[in-house]
Amino acid sequence: MPLRRLGFLCLNLSLAALPAAADTVSHFTLENGLEVVVIEDHRAPAVTQMVWYRVGAADEPPGKSGIAHFLEHLMFKGTDDLANGEFSDTVEAQGGDDNAFTSWDYTAYFQRIAADRLDLVMRMEADRMRDLQMTADDVTTERAVILEERAQRTDSDPGALLSEQMRAAQYLNHPYGIPIIGWRHEMEQLSQQDALDFYRRYYAPNNAVLIVAGDVTPDQVRDLAEQHYGPLQPSTGLAERVRPAEPPQLAERRLTLVDARASDPYVTRTYMAPERDSGDQADAAALTILAELLGGSGTTSVLAQKLTFESQTAVYASAFYDGTSLDDATFGLYVIPLPGVSLAEAEAAMDAAIAAFLEEGVDPVALDRIKTQIRAADIYARDNVDGLARRYGEALTVGLTIQDVQDWPRVLQAVTADDVIRVARTVLDRRRAVTGWLLPEETKP
Amino acid sequence: MMRLFLRLILALLVMAGPLRAEFAIQEVISPGGIRAWLVEDHGIPFTALEIQFRGGHALDLPGKRGATNLMTALIEEGTGDLDSVAFATARDALAAQFRFDSNVDSVSVSAQFLTENRDQAVDLLRRALAAPRFDDVAIERVRGQVQSILRNDAQDPQAIAGRLFNAQAFGDHPYATDGTGTPESVAALTRDDILAAHRNAIARDRIYVGASGDITAAELGPLLDRLFGELPATGAPLPPQTTLALTGGVTVEPFPGPQSVILFGHDGIPRDDPDFFAATIVNEVLGGGRFGARLMTEVREKRGLTYGIGTYLADYDQADLMLGQMSSSNATTAEAIAVVRSEWARIAAEGITAAELEATKTYLTGSYPLRFDGNSRIARILVGMQMIDLPIDYPATRNAKVEAVTLDDVRRVAARLVQPDALRFVVVGSPEGLESSN
Repeated sequence: MPLRRLGFLCLNLSLAALPAAADTVSHFTLENGLEVVVIEDHRAPAVTQMVWYRVGAADEPPGKSGIAHFLEHLMFKGTDDLANGEFSDTVEAQGGDDNAFTSWDYTAYFQRIAADRLDLVMRMEADRMRDLQMTADDVTTERAVILEERAQRTDSDPGALLSEQMRAAQYLNHPYGIPIIGWRHEMEQLSQQDALDFYRRYYAPNNAVLIVAGDVTPDQVRDLAEQHYGPLQPSTGLAERVRPAEPPQLAERRLTLVDARASDPYVTRTYMAPERDSGDQADAAALTILAELLGGSGTTSVLAQKLTFESQTAVYASAFYDGTSLDDATFGLYVIPLPGVSLAEAEAAMDAAIAAFLEEGVDPVALDRIKTQIRAADIYARDNVDGLARRYGEALTVGLTIQDVQDWPRVLQAVTADDVIRVARTVLDRRRAVTGWLLPEETKP
Repeated sequence: MMRLFLRLILALLVMAGPLRAEFAIQEVISPGGIRAWLVEDHGIPFTALEIQFRGGHALDLPGKRGATNLMTALIEEGTGDLDSVAFATARDALAAQFRFDSNVDSVSVSAQFLTENRDQAVDLLRRALAAPRFDDVAIERVRGQVQSILRNDAQDPQAIAGRLFNAQAFGDHPYATDGTGTPESVAALTRDDILAAHRNAIARDRIYVGASGDITAAELGPLLDRLFGELPATGAPLPPQTTLALTGGVTVEPFPGPQSVILFGHDGIPRDDPDFFAATIVNEVLGGGRFGARLMTEVREKRGLTYGIGTYLADYDQADLMLGQMSSSNATTAEAIAVVRSEWARIAAEGITAAELEATKTYLTGSYPLRFDGNSRIARILVGMQMIDLPIDYPATRNAKVEAVTLDDVRRVAARLVQPDALRFVVVGSPEGLESSN
């Protein structure tokens, strides 16, 4: 059974879920540089519009952590044509829903609404791409909201605090080490001017991807997109997205967080790992399958077998990897020991399990089974057109292409047992890892 | 990082429905007499099957708290000649997905399987449901996971608040305690207790089935008999209705951290009450998770006191509540509660405006067709409709019921439903200037 609180770490089929068949996906670019993807699904009379900007927390100026996410909140505060809150009110009055999210590499806005209201939401989304306005009071109040958000989602959660600390240790120089929500002391200083500077530079058609998914045709979308987004001026201040690179890691990094609010202690480790690159996704595919083999199932995976079946070491063990990022990603392991088993013992057992896996090699039956599940995931994924839209939006804002997205299933199927062992040997090296322990109290480990 | 907190799950508030002419719910009665609702859609070669057995945690026998939960978690741990690993291997080789879950009112099974191996997948699910092995070694392993969850819940302000609230609300009723059990009750469960929980919960007299996807009515009927034919005809009697023992006031439970978690609520309204749609509108205007809602406007947008706040009508099988939830910094918790109280009193006294009524109607009626989105969601909605005894043509009539609500209806229902003095706040944190009132 899955542990409820581990949802964010559990790898399952959804990770490997694949894109829609190519014949339902169209792609074109407007003259001002706006890239458009249309995913057709005519089963329900609904449509999702998503605008993805190729900018996220890892593109923030130094000292302004959290500004990408703060701007995302402020994007609902009005434009030259819309009052504060009118965007969402208008969507809701039509029976739709809207929201937004920010990551290190992208910021995205979406609405889901009846298909015949696409014109309305496109007009409003195009409006706020270039004409955002807000009052100083709105900014002050919303800053209090994001501080509450940080308090709720990070400062109240020992596990979130540990992973924030671990990322900061993992990335010494690259901005992936800075939390998306921001460091509290910098969030408290974020200003309206900071938000507008960031907005004016990065929010423009030539830095965005429009995804429309649902009961629409490519021709309809092209007409509406040209009408609403076509007149927008591109930004001229965009540079190539080159972030400060990591120096070579010379020493293993370890940290322990003691927090009285923690319950079961656990050990988790993240290794620096390559991400998916355009035209070169083979290693990322092998790592994706490695994560499934090591920890994708609570019953049959290597870690589950060795730590919860063959030995009485862990309550739960898993492995995780998501290679959809612009720069280097991480590959992670996670073990909650059984009561009476120390973190040191659990970590030793985890390392022994990895060593044994490298020694014994890949079980060909397990590899086949995972590939079968990945093939089936392609079919199940087509049931959720919003999920497909997110997959394309994520890929296109981290430097991948439509072709890469559509090649991904084949790249996964082409992974061999030797590939898996090769990437495992390269990546699973403690000298290039961060190991974190979470404990409720100072105890002898 | 989502801008809004996730909208509170509406317990059984099924509002979905198609407005498409070609969309049709079929009732399928198997040769053996098992009923299911079906929406055929042959666009993608798989079927989503959603099954509910009414009863859930409320069926736990005295002293056996957590038995139904543990039993449900063990269904996927093997059957017949298949142990845990063999079962998982067989399921994964078919690329079928089975999820077994339990809540206060039901045990649920969510299955997805490919058309190409449907018979084999259904056969595997049949064996798991009818005769789980309940191996001792699997029991111990999964019991360990449940105990880990309980230790986690004991340190989770959200879970602590929920337990305190339920204990105050439900007196001696099974709803008063957590269906996961306590560390002691879970430790004491035996294999016989788990077998008894299985006999009590998994029976033909309490099955509800929704299906959607690449399957015809003619195929579904015999499938139902194969899937459920071996189950016992009857299970344990359902628990009685309960009346709430909740009183107005504030309960503070100290917990370290920068924020307090605040649950609040009082008596609700039954799903079959003639005023249910008016009550739905009252709830949307007051505390719908959307930005236009009064609490979101007053507590978050105007004052920045929370990241998110919402209320909902929680209709359980044996009780009805109106509940709300937020988190706020310890320094602002008392102010946030005062704002909630004030909005509670305002809507009870004044009702809502004509503009709010119209905006809420267009939201509720406009969002209605959007929810029938994908086989899995449709199957869940079909089973939910049956669980609360809605007619099969409900989707065709539902929007008219929303439209029929008048401003007077809303005023009358707001005065009856929304009771400022009855509101109980359970606060878990270190709030400043706030103490338990009684």
